[in-house]
Amino acid sequence: MLAGLEMVSSGEILIGDRVVTGAPPKARDIAMVFQSYALYPHLSVADNLAFPLKQKGVSEPERSQRVLEAARLLELEPLLDRRPRQLSGGQRQRVAMGRAIVRQPQAFLMDEPLSNLDAKLRVQTRAEIAALQQRLGTTTVYVTHDQVEAMTLGHRVAVLRDGVLQQCDTPRRLYEHPCNVFVAGFVGSPAMNLDRLPFDGTAARVGEVAVPLPGAAASAARRAGLSEVVLGLRPDALFPVTAGDSNAALRLSCEVHLVEDTGSDAWVHLDAPGGPAPLRLVARADPRRLPSVGERISVAIRVAEAHVFDPASGVRLGD
Amino acid sequence: MTAIGPMGAEGIAATARVTSVRRRRHGSTPATVALLVIAAIWLFPIYYMLIDAFKPNNDLLHYPPQLWPAQWTLANFQEAFTVNGAGPTVPQPSFLTSLFLSAVVALVVVAFSMAISLFASLAVARFNFRGRGTMLVALLVAQMVPFASLLIPIFIELNRVGLIFTVPALIIAYVAPVLPFTIWTLRGFVASVPVDIEEAALTDGCSRLSAFWRVIFPLIAPGLVATSIFAFILAWNDYVFAYTILGNSGTVFGQTAETASVFLFGLINPSRVTPWGELFAASLIFTLPVMIFFLIIQRRLAAGLTAGAVKT
Repeated sequence: MLAGLEMVSSGEILIGDRVVTGAPPKARDIAMVFQSYALYPHLSVADNLAFPLKQKGVSEPERSQRVLEAARLLELEPLLDRRPRQLSGGQRQRVAMGRAIVRQPQAFLMDEPLSNLDAKLRVQTRAEIAALQQRLGTTTVYVTHDQVEAMTLGHRVAVLRDGVLQQCDTPRRLYEHPCNVFVAGFVGSPAMNLDRLPFDGTAARVGEVAVPLPGAAASAARRAGLSEVVLGLRPDALFPVTAGDSNAALRLSCEVHLVEDTGSDAWVHLDAPGGPAPLRLVARADPRRLPSVGERISVAIRVAEAHVFDPASGVRLGD
Repeated sequence: MTAIGPMGAEGIAATARVTSVRRRRHGSTPATVALLVIAAIWLFPIYYMLIDAFKPNNDLLHYPPQLWPAQWTLANFQEAFTVNGAGPTVPQPSFLTSLFLSAVVALVVVAFSMAISLFASLAVARFNFRGRGTMLVALLVAQMVPFASLLIPIFIELNRVGLIFTVPALIIAYVAPVLPFTIWTLRGFVASVPVDIEEAALTDGCSRLSAFWRVIFPLIAPGLVATSIFAFILAWNDYVFAYTILGNSGTVFGQTAETASVFLFGLINPSRVTPWGELFAASLIFTLPVMIFFLIIQRRLAAGLTAGAVKT
């Protein structure tokens, strides 16, 4: 729709101050990088890069110069004579990027440009795109299902659910102040622990333990007359403690159900007593002092980092 | 641990691949013999035409037939261009005008059928419209109708509109039955071009039409070649439609003309001695260019026909 490839049913699209709602794609001065790269298979890399400039009527010397500049920037110079089928996935991705930047458009549209790359290349290319964006300073709309990409690349991230905008904010605000349960569950890896718990007017109860809610959230829940709330705790807000630790007042006794050690980080999946069925929680743990599966451990909660949501509407309470 | 020799796993896999390729390439002996017999049966008439075109008239009716000419001559070729038949197509057009008319008809059929099927295939592959599914089924079913069974209905229709016994009528009669196959085949090629590529062209500054010409057209070109050859061969080789719908009513440079296949058949006439030598020489001239062309492009043609069938 932003590119002009689909009809707009209502509303307006502006690029800068210009209304482009009904304008054809070529009149929008935008460049798009497709998920499939969409390179022209019958053209060489050089011709792929030059294609949009040819359409724009750019003269041959300027065209060659801009193609070379883009190729140099993306380290594509040795590949200029090759056809897309002779390139690796990462090289194709770079050609697609090159075809976009060579135009020097008003905005870039990137539709999951990294999703076809393997994990290692994705991380590397992600950093390259971030550096490139910073260098060119061109507004970029980047569509992704990968929240790490969204959080690391975005200055402002819009979270959409079934085509409806949920929240548009800085990555930090999205993480720290998700506006509803969907955003809270979507942003962050591992996902936020979200559990529906009984609310007694000041605290949510996890089994026998009362978790006092932040003041504003508790007042909002009281005003709404709620007897239950959805309590959101990021895995970082839960951490295993030993009996000697004095800095953790609020503790849950849990059974370790799974341990995930990723090297730099470790996550423990816990069963906490929480009514008829145990609550499943994920907590961050020190990779050098990991508990074993089946072990009972104490987990402390950073109450100040708790998020509280209305169980019916899913909306955040307290802000 | 399983020990793998100095060749390593990759080497073993490569050897296995080579062996399997060799086995496939050589096949079994009975199958090879059967294929050779079938090939010989099919090739013999062509061989016979070839050698008879170079035999002097006296040797042509020699009994038993000579499988290798005792004498070679080029006289038949010279006479092929001067001979006039008799019988149903009097005054008899010349072979050269017939060849010319055949080529014109075949090329115009190719041009028309490609122009129509190119846009039709684009429509059925890219756009959603009411009746698209029915149209696709109709295209498929239409290919199952025998070509010859369309002759009478087409004749009646062309007669009704007053076009019968004209070159345009013959062109229409060829284009109509060719279209279902060409549209269906080209549709596969168009469908195999990802929509993203077309959309990339649009965002790169193309209009719909220029996106088609600059991006889609080059990508479906192998399909166009394959289908245009089909159309060409059909129009070039056909005898029944050409005889019924045009006969010798065509004109080339003010001369009466008929297609080459009709001309060749006109040489066989019960009212006179058949000029076999000229007939074989003319047949060879009629067959050879298309055959050589086919042999040259057959590899590409096969690739073209299968490339559109599978979405990659």
